[in-house]
This record gives sequence, structure tokens and C-alpha cells, in this order.
Amino acid sequence: MKDIAFNDVTKEFPRGGGTFAALENVTLTVAEKEFVAIVGPSGCGKTTLMRMAAGLEFPTRGTVAVGGRTVTGPGPERAVVFQQFALFPWKTVRDNIAFGLKCKGASRRDQDDAVRKYLELMGMQGTEDSFPHQLSGGMQQRVAIARSYAIDPDVLLMDEPFGALDAQTRTVMQEELIRLSRVNPRTVLFITHSVDEAVYLADRVVVLARNPGRVREILDVAATRRDEDWDARAIEEVMDLPSFTGMRTHLWKLLREQIAGTE
Amino acid sequence: MAALSGRGKSAELLLLTALGAVLFFGGWQVVAASGLVSKQVLPAPLAVLDAGWTMMHKPFAGNLLQAHILASLQRFAMGFGLAALIGVPLGLIMGRYRIVDDAVSPIFEGLRFVAPLAWVPFAALWFGTGIGGPVMVIFAGAFPPCVINAYRGAQLVEARLVEAAQTLGAHNVRIIAEVLLPGALPSIVAGLRVSAGLAWQSLIGAELIVVSAGIGYVMVQGQSNLSPAIVMAGMLAVGIVGLAIDVLLRLVERTVRNRWGQVA
Repeated sequence: MKDIAFNDVTKEFPRGGGTFAALENVTLTVAEKEFVAIVGPSGCGKTTLMRMAAGLEFPTRGTVAVGGRTVTGPGPERAVVFQQFALFPWKTVRDNIAFGLKCKGASRRDQDDAVRKYLELMGMQGTEDSFPHQLSGGMQQRVAIARSYAIDPDVLLMDEPFGALDAQTRTVMQEELIRLSRVNPRTVLFITHSVDEAVYLADRVVVLARNPGRVREILDVAATRRDEDWDARAIEEVMDLPSFTGMRTHLWKLLREQIAGTE
Repeated sequence: MAALSGRGKSAELLLLTALGAVLFFGGWQVVAASGLVSKQVLPAPLAVLDAGWTMMHKPFAGNLLQAHILASLQRFAMGFGLAALIGVPLGLIMGRYRIVDDAVSPIFEGLRFVAPLAWVPFAALWFGTGIGGPVMVIFAGAFPPCVINAYRGAQLVEARLVEAAQTLGAHNVRIIAEVLLPGALPSIVAGLRVSAGLAWQSLIGAELIVVSAGIGYVMVQGQSNLSPAIVMAGMLAVGIVGLAIDVLLRLVERTVRNRWGQVA
């Protein structure tokens, strides 16, 4: 089992002498090979949730387990794609993508094979020797995604990976991620503030509420996606389907309620 | 327009520098030649140059001036190299691990204010007046900037990059070598330049007290021979070599900054 299980997780941060609950009693499971998107207003703790799965933060109460094992720190079986790419600026595209494999002690040939494979999948052949600053934002994020896939992780944790991209690039990347996750299905936890993105990409969309951060609702998209064969259609076509717009509107209402409710 | 005024400025600078030098050396030559001050007190600049030139083909204090300079440079390289080799990794480790930082910083902060020259008696006792003593004095001078700049540089490396490396399975040594070191490199190189300057200054100081070859030794011997020309020729050599080291490291620093500036 390569699932992610948040079991009654509470995360408190110190604030102004007291504590502030970023998340309270969150129980949530991402099944093996399932793609779960998390949406919610800012300050609802969605990034904190991801960081706990990554082992970069730890719950105050409750447990976070991946593949049945409690998370005690970061590790390559849980790859992270950061919003600001977090590529090593002094390493070439090749060395960035191969970094995780090098850490594992993979041979130079295996590293090169993986680099070639993912650059090809991303349509980025010939950029091996470029440095990140020579690439556009979209290209940089492709490299970051390739870097995460290359270590063959059990789960992928994505923290608003397309948040820093312009709208057009973002759409292209969303389509590519769908394609990639079909060729190479993984357990994915995907943080976003874009409702469209969440519905388009995910099997399930989890809506978080804030103050304190908790699960508000979970929306199942997988059945509709399968029945209407979304993956085979263009993104703009999918986003025009009544089923899609219905879910989107529903999620928007939920989010708006919360924003109105707390202000 | 900007380029023109820039060029105008640098020409002006050159002119003023030349003017300053001419006034300084000219004034010095005039005062010395006037006979108002004894030659035993103030030799003329030409006499100083002459003393230096003579030492370059007639051994003084056992060696040619070149050999003395070489001896000094060797000590410099050892002390400075050792300081960089220990100081930079230590600074990076302190920047990475709070525990090490907390343990080392107070001691380091205290010792930092012991001037390199104040280490001379201690260094002589522990390591003798051969190679060990002077090297330790240079080390004492060169070490702090290596540590401090590596430490600050490591702290300025984006936390996100360290986290990315961790999630890709990198362990501590690799994080230090492949993330903190390159990330902190501009700061480290700037520190090395400061460090080299202090090392060179400390070295000459150490040589005044210990050792039997080196520029500092030449100056001490010149003093015993009551030859201010030789002492001043030694000072001139110290200045020229020190300047050369600084210019070289400035070049390295600029290269790193240019390359890294583009990258980061």
C-alpha cells in the first residue's frame, strides 16, 4: 500500500504567546494511485498538510503515515514539487533531474537514462546542459516535476506547483500532468487554490475550512471523469461540460461561504 | 552619456592617483635630498628601491629577497589554506545545525577578539619558531572571516533548496557539499579575500618575532643593521605582495559573482 493517511491530525503553531491551530482533527486518506486535490481559502492549512506528509513539519497530535509507516522526516519515497520550483540554480537541467538518483547511488548510466526519459516525456530534449535561469517558468516547473518523477517515488506531494505560472502555461502544464499521471500513475496530494485545476486534475477534491483548518467536504470526481472520458478530451472541452461546471460552481459556493463567514 | 561621464570619472581618478603618488614620493625625495633629515632616519625613495634591488641579487640575511618572499608566501599559503579548509566547512556546519552553532559561537566570539599577533607567544610555545608557530599565527588571523562568511552564506541559502534536497534523499554531507557550499559561494569567496588580507598582515607580524627567513625577518635584520632603507624595502615588498594577493582574489571574487549572479 502506498497510501497517505492523516489520522486525527492537529497542528498548532505558537502565535503571540498562545497557540494557533492551523489544522484541527483532520482525518483523510489518499488511496494508492489516487490523485487528491486540496482546495481552501488561504490560511486553511493546506500547505501545512502537505508539509507534514513530506516530513518537513510534524503534527502536534495525531499521526501522518505513508504506506503504513509513520512519517518521521523527509525521504525520497515522498517527492515534493514546490510552488517556486526550488531547482538548484547552480546545477544544469541534467544534474537537477539526476540529483535524487545520485543520492540513491544510481549509476551514471541509470541517471542519464532517467534524464532522457523524463525530458522526452516533458518535450524538453536538448535542454540537458541549460541552467534553470535560462528557462521559462513553465520549463523550470517541468524540470522540477521531472526531478520528482525521476526518483520513482511512492507518492508525489505538489504544493501549488502551477501557482507561479501564467494562465496559458498553466493550462498546458495541467494537460501534461494528466498525461504524465496516466503514463505513470502515482499517489498524488495536490495543493491548489484554483477550483478549476482541482476538478480537472483530481479523483477527489477535498475542501478545507479555516480557523481552525478542517475538512469541510470531499467531492468525488473520479466516477464522472471515467464515465465522460475526460482524460481523452482537451482541457477547454472538459471545462465546458455541464458536469464540470456543476462541480466547479458547487465548490465555489463552498469556498465563498467560508470567506464570507469569517469576515 | 553615462559611459562618457564614467570614463571621465575614471580618467580623473587616474590623474588624482598619479598626482598623489608624485606629491608623496616627490616630497619624500625632496625632504630626504635636502639633508634636513639624516639618511639614517629617512632614506630617499630611490635609496629604498636601490636597497631592494641590491637584495635581489646579493643575499641579505642568508637569502635573496625573492627567496625571503617565497618563504613568506609558503607560510602564508599553509596558514591561509588551513584556515580555509577548516573554517569554511565549520561555518557551513554551523549554518546548518543549530546545536553546533550554539556550542561553537560563544567560544568563537570570545577568541575572535584576541588579535592574531597576541597568539605569537602562545604559538611559539606550542609549535615552536620553525614552521608551526608562524603558521598558527596566520591561521589565527585568517580563520574568523572564513567561518563567519561561510556561516552567513549558509544561512542565506533558501530553506526551500535545503528542503528540496532533503525530500530527494540527500543526507547531511551532500546537503552541505552540494547545496550550502555552492549557495554560499559568493559570500565564502568574499570572506576568503578578507581572510587572505588578515593572513598576510598576521604573517609579517609573526615573522618579526620568530623564524629565520621571510620578509618580516629581512625587516628585523635591517633594523639590527641600522639600515632604514632595507626595512623600508621590506615594507615595500610586503605592500606589493599583499596588493597582488588582493588583486588576484578580487578577480576570483568578481568571476564568482558574475557567474553566480547570473545563476542565482
